[in-house]
Amino acid sequence: MSWVGRSIRRVEDPTLLRGVGMFVGDIGGAAAVRFVRSPVASGLIGAVRGPAYTIEDLDADGVGNIEAVLHRPDYVRLAQPLLARERVRYVGEPVAVVVGDTAAEAEDLAEQVELDIEPGPAAVGIDGALAPGAPLVHPDESDSNVMVAGEMATPGLAEALDRAHAVVDLETVSGRQAALPLEARGSHAVTERFGGRTTLHASIQAPHMVRTVICDLLGMPEADLRVVAPDVGGAFGQKLPLAREDAIVVWLSRRLGRPVAWIEDRSENLMASWHSREQRYRLRGGFDAGAHLEALQADVVANVGAWPCYPITWGVEPLMALAELPGPYTPEHYGVRSRGVASHTCPMSPYRGVSRPAITLALERLMDIAAARLGIDPVEIRRRNLQSEFPHTSPTGLRHDEGTYREAMEMAVRHVDLGAFRSRQQTARAAGGSQPGIGICTFSERTGYGTPAFAARAMGVTPGYENVELSMDPSGYVTARIGASPHGQGLETALSQIVADEVGTDPGRVRVVASDTDRTPYGWGSFASRAMVLAGGATYLAAQQLATQLGSVAAEVLEAAADDIFLADGRATVAGTSVGVEIAELARIAHHHTQRLPDGAAPGLSAQAGYDPAGTFSNACHVAEVEVDPDTGGVSVRRFVVVEDAGRLINPMIADGQIRGGVAQGIANALLEEVVYDEDGNILTTSLMDYLPPTVAEIPDIEIMHLETLSDATVTGAKGLGEGGTIGAPAAVLNAVNDALAHLGVELNEMPATPERVREAVRTATGTPAG
Amino acid sequence: MTEISPADVAVPVVLRVNGTDHRVSAEPRRTLADTLREECGLTGTHLGCEHGVCGACTVLLDGEPVRSCLLFAVQAQGAEIRTVEGLAGDDGTLHPLQEAFWRHHGLQCGFCTPGFLMLSTGVLETRPDIGDDELREALSSNLCRCTGYQTIVEAVRSVRDAAGA
Repeated sequence: MSWVGRSIRRVEDPTLLRGVGMFVGDIGGAAAVRFVRSPVASGLIGAVRGPAYTIEDLDADGVGNIEAVLHRPDYVRLAQPLLARERVRYVGEPVAVVVGDTAAEAEDLAEQVELDIEPGPAAVGIDGALAPGAPLVHPDESDSNVMVAGEMATPGLAEALDRAHAVVDLETVSGRQAALPLEARGSHAVTERFGGRTTLHASIQAPHMVRTVICDLLGMPEADLRVVAPDVGGAFGQKLPLAREDAIVVWLSRRLGRPVAWIEDRSENLMASWHSREQRYRLRGGFDAGAHLEALQADVVANVGAWPCYPITWGVEPLMALAELPGPYTPEHYGVRSRGVASHTCPMSPYRGVSRPAITLALERLMDIAAARLGIDPVEIRRRNLQSEFPHTSPTGLRHDEGTYREAMEMAVRHVDLGAFRSRQQTARAAGGSQPGIGICTFSERTGYGTPAFAARAMGVTPGYENVELSMDPSGYVTARIGASPHGQGLETALSQIVADEVGTDPGRVRVVASDTDRTPYGWGSFASRAMVLAGGATYLAAQQLATQLGSVAAEVLEAAADDIFLADGRATVAGTSVGVEIAELARIAHHHTQRLPDGAAPGLSAQAGYDPAGTFSNACHVAEVEVDPDTGGVSVRRFVVVEDAGRLINPMIADGQIRGGVAQGIANALLEEVVYDEDGNILTTSLMDYLPPTVAEIPDIEIMHLETLSDATVTGAKGLGEGGTIGAPAAVLNAVNDALAHLGVELNEMPATPERVREAVRTATGTPAG
Repeated sequence: MTEISPADVAVPVVLRVNGTDHRVSAEPRRTLADTLREECGLTGTHLGCEHGVCGACTVLLDGEPVRSCLLFAVQAQGAEIRTVEGLAGDDGTLHPLQEAFWRHHGLQCGFCTPGFLMLSTGVLETRPDIGDDELREALSSNLCRCTGYQTIVEAVRSVRDAAGA
């Protein structure tokens, strides 16, 4: 019996259910750090008065600048100080830092700090930042706000567009969103009085990377800094980049010789953590008479805020759009210009899905609009355009391994019974009032990025591989030390299932150690839907080695050939016989009676493996049914169907949990959540009264079905699916909203589709059906 | 004039939490959540927003779910306070809701979980036969960023149904 493929309960849960987990804010025993943040979007810093540390103190200690680098000629390279130097560039930028005995005292102290800032003009929003004469965010380094600009075109694009049977032009906009982990960021540092070694606990996704960059900034050996990510209350990308605050916390603990902690509050988190997704797409699609998308041209702009994030940089959104925009479709000709434009707003980091929710919105609106124009059904146009031959190489050179793009869509459409829906819709249209709509979204999710995928980005550091060390102790329990850093995904449980199958034990005898640089091999962490593929692959490879070692010990003990030994149910058995030995006994022998091991065998039981694939593509189809009230602009999601193909599912329950949570964030992206700035760069959404994550009232039950195309691009056959829900849901919902109002001639291509925007679209509608 | 620091005006407070009296000293401005976490050492009550929206800090005050970030410790004196740490039995047996959240995968990162457990404990104790729609409405008091809510609803419903069976 295999453990892989079973929905076993998570080993992570009992601690969390009892309320005895340890999040950063639970550690305590530290002085409280509070940042004094800029109240204006742009300005020159004069005096800073009060009991605070400033950039001058960091400079005096020789603390370095953050350099998030892309080796590209079109990339503007900057050195970012840990606290603002000379100018502030967004509301919430840290200018000074205070330390109090308690959090309340630190807040009191922060209020005593006076900042003299001469406000300047601010570039806000995509148009504001691109306008001629726009205020420059980094005037010393660049004479424009364009910080990265990628461009490519396949030969013959213009001609292909000229000869197209139908050309569809489209502009889509994605509003700025915040990842909003329920636990905001935070860090806690203690420096040993003797020896000077520092331990940083931080709510982060990539502890090894954070250790490297903080040590580089502070000029200390990595061996002198231990970084631990304890329980992390959600992250979704927001805790992937270096937080400048975390580096300052380490600096303060070393400078002051006392434990210090920074616990971000929600207002800081919304204002000054990281934002994402503010993007605009202008697409031109050329379709032939058979409704096949022959040529795709795109102009993409991402508002990337005031500073790059380390190590991903502010190229991540625009360059992902450039590389992945053709999505699951097969245009022969593709041309794109994709720019990241700086503004006087909070910096951007990758957030679950990164650019793909916006890419998918653009493509899926294009398909629906083209279908209407060409007089065919939204299902039919996708049927004619989705990838169906594999491997498929995209115009940007990405290799798509085998997927089930069409099959997933057909399955989803059968499940929702489109015919029955259309007749309900006809009835509703005749009756007036709230209108039902249905929206389809098909997409690919690139996952399992290893070194080759990241190397193509030419980053200053190239993430990728994952390492795993496995050992079996004398009691027969397995410890897996992993470089990845799970924070709620259930990776410990899933990896224990992989180990259990290979080693012939049960998952209860496997312990996974993660998120502690003192106890784990160097690795890159958990992000980009990669942990199951990367850490899972490395675990699988190491477990096979461990199984081989156990087999050779068993062969010696049982006087059989190693090839005849089977490991299962806690025993090593000679094939075809009942002769066997407990694995726990083999573990004793391997450690305590090494004289019984075969000649030349190393004592103990341990294995190490790294894994570094090129990457793979999951695929899915989402179908949303909504109800739109044309009079109020209110939209509610009535039904949501997902057909997902993420290859082999290690633990289907955990996979479904990832999909459901992702879809909820995607629905929020489509309808609710938006970070809003006024024209001066003041942020207006700094509480959960203004920024609206969904409650259970806004999220329907998600109906999930799976296809399992085992990937030949990964050793486990698993493809990764952490972001898919978030990627597909926005387009499915927007297509459904448009479908609901199609008879009024409404076309709404901006998300979130708030009641205000829906009303505006209804008011300005042509009154005749789109197409 | 002598400056009075906030600490100088701390007052003695007795909080009865999970059946145990905690004698603490708290400034009048100190919230119940901070006091539970820092003075009573009960860090299972989490702070997600500190302005009463997310519900991660939900505890029971005389059986009613309340936001402990919106109450001062001095207001809770004399009340029976229950937190997530008090849910499991003395022998460590998980409360039926804890079991159900585990079985139904009603948590991922676990940060909102104590708040949802206390909210649903309060709801089921006062309205054991609550209908599905009312239950959803009650659970819409709190935010979860990981699960999409469905499995939380299923977990709570399963406990309601088992108790009524």
